[in-house]
Amino acid sequence: MTALMAELNSRALELGVPLNAHLDVTYRCNERCSHCYLDHDDHGEMTLAEIKDLLNQMAEAGVLFLTLSGGEVLMRMDFFEILSHARGLQFCVKIKTNGFMIHDKEADRMRDLGVQEIRISIYSHRAEVHDAITNLPGSLKRSVAAIRLLKSRGLNVVIGNVLMRQNVTDYAGVKVLARDLGVEVTTDPTITPRMDGDRSLLELGIRGPQLHKVFRDTELVGNVEEFCAVPDALDDSAMDNIACSAGHTYCYISPYGDVYPCVQFPLPCGNVRKDSFLDIWNNSIQLNEVRSIRARDLPTCSSCSHVGSCSRCPGLAFMEGNMRGPSSLDCEKSFARTGIPSANMIAKTLPSRAGDQPDLLLHSATFASLVQITTTLMPRD
Amino acid sequence: MKGCYVAKSPLAASRELDGEVFIMSSVNSTLFTLNDVASLIWKSADGATSLQEIVENKICAEFEVEPSTAFADAEYLVAELVGHGVLLVADHPIEPPSLFARKKS
Repeated sequence: MTALMAELNSRALELGVPLNAHLDVTYRCNERCSHCYLDHDDHGEMTLAEIKDLLNQMAEAGVLFLTLSGGEVLMRMDFFEILSHARGLQFCVKIKTNGFMIHDKEADRMRDLGVQEIRISIYSHRAEVHDAITNLPGSLKRSVAAIRLLKSRGLNVVIGNVLMRQNVTDYAGVKVLARDLGVEVTTDPTITPRMDGDRSLLELGIRGPQLHKVFRDTELVGNVEEFCAVPDALDDSAMDNIACSAGHTYCYISPYGDVYPCVQFPLPCGNVRKDSFLDIWNNSIQLNEVRSIRARDLPTCSSCSHVGSCSRCPGLAFMEGNMRGPSSLDCEKSFARTGIPSANMIAKTLPSRAGDQPDLLLHSATFASLVQITTTLMPRD
Repeated sequence: MKGCYVAKSPLAASRELDGEVFIMSSVNSTLFTLNDVASLIWKSADGATSLQEIVENKICAEFEVEPSTAFADAEYLVAELVGHGVLLVADHPIEPPSLFARKKS
């Protein structure tokens, strides 16, 4: 992150401006990815007029960085009208797509409209693996063709590579593919529970030994020694930290107009069909509660040695039942990085009956076999 | 450059935050911030107003600066922003990019 970007984020935080927003324009999709957390039926998407009005309000509120995603954005026949309106309002736009419906005309329009980044998921360089995850034969070939086409127009394309048990051995192959295509790749082991709370998808995530291995791959994490360093002693200044930008300078809006702190934090904060975007942003009880939380307010995590370095996701904690609680998936990640169990993991090993002694050695081994993780492998800026 | 016209490029993204303008170029993902004078030029870059009018009627009207100095600074800024692909310059008025034009209902 550049110094100016850091300053911009800091200014937005200080002013309470929603600098970043993620808008899913549809949940409909032409793929059926095994790890997808969405319901792909249309339960009443916002109309084009509603989305344009929302974009006007978001620009007025100060949103600069806008991610348009889904579902598959091009399942909406009016997507380019949405994009054109967004760019006319001077948003810096990132698009997430599988690229199937991008042909010459669409690529030209994305270039002419000044889209800042187009992100396409590639799960493996091997069609049999990628297509098995998307549940769509031929999908790797089509997504790669779209990347080539967009690159030929000079657009900035990034491959998103989600790591799962199915494809954990293929990330090096995806990196080679990305290099051949002349694009960047980000590798991310995040698997999110379904929006309805169903956590069965987490079974797809990579586990302890696999996670331990990828965390020690310099190609993925950069400086392994630094990435996997044992946390410093508890520092009181860390107690004032906020978890992330969710609800502070970032929010998520569903195709139905529901506003949430983050795409991974399904706490309903209002609906733009009932209230204005800015009214929800400024006055939502839920958003203000999220904003009020500091590390010192977390009952378990505030006593954890990882508190200053953990990537604890408040949305995943919320999906576990308490936005002030631990995110077990992040605890497991911290453990895989450093070998040191989190306070939450230790608490879970405490004897249920007085007099019983926990066997930490045994439980550490157990943790190692249970690890599932949720955050990006890329080093932080 | 006095009689030239300037307009925001379709490749630029920008937002004003607490009076300060931030610009992001989609060409090279570079982020800029502008000072007060430069912000005024940016906000006035509508393609219909000449750079000379912007300098004389807005910059010199709002800031205590000699027109020749203001114009030299404006020329420098315009060249910089054009170089980064976020500003268009022409010797005639610049129409809004047709891609952004609203469809007539």
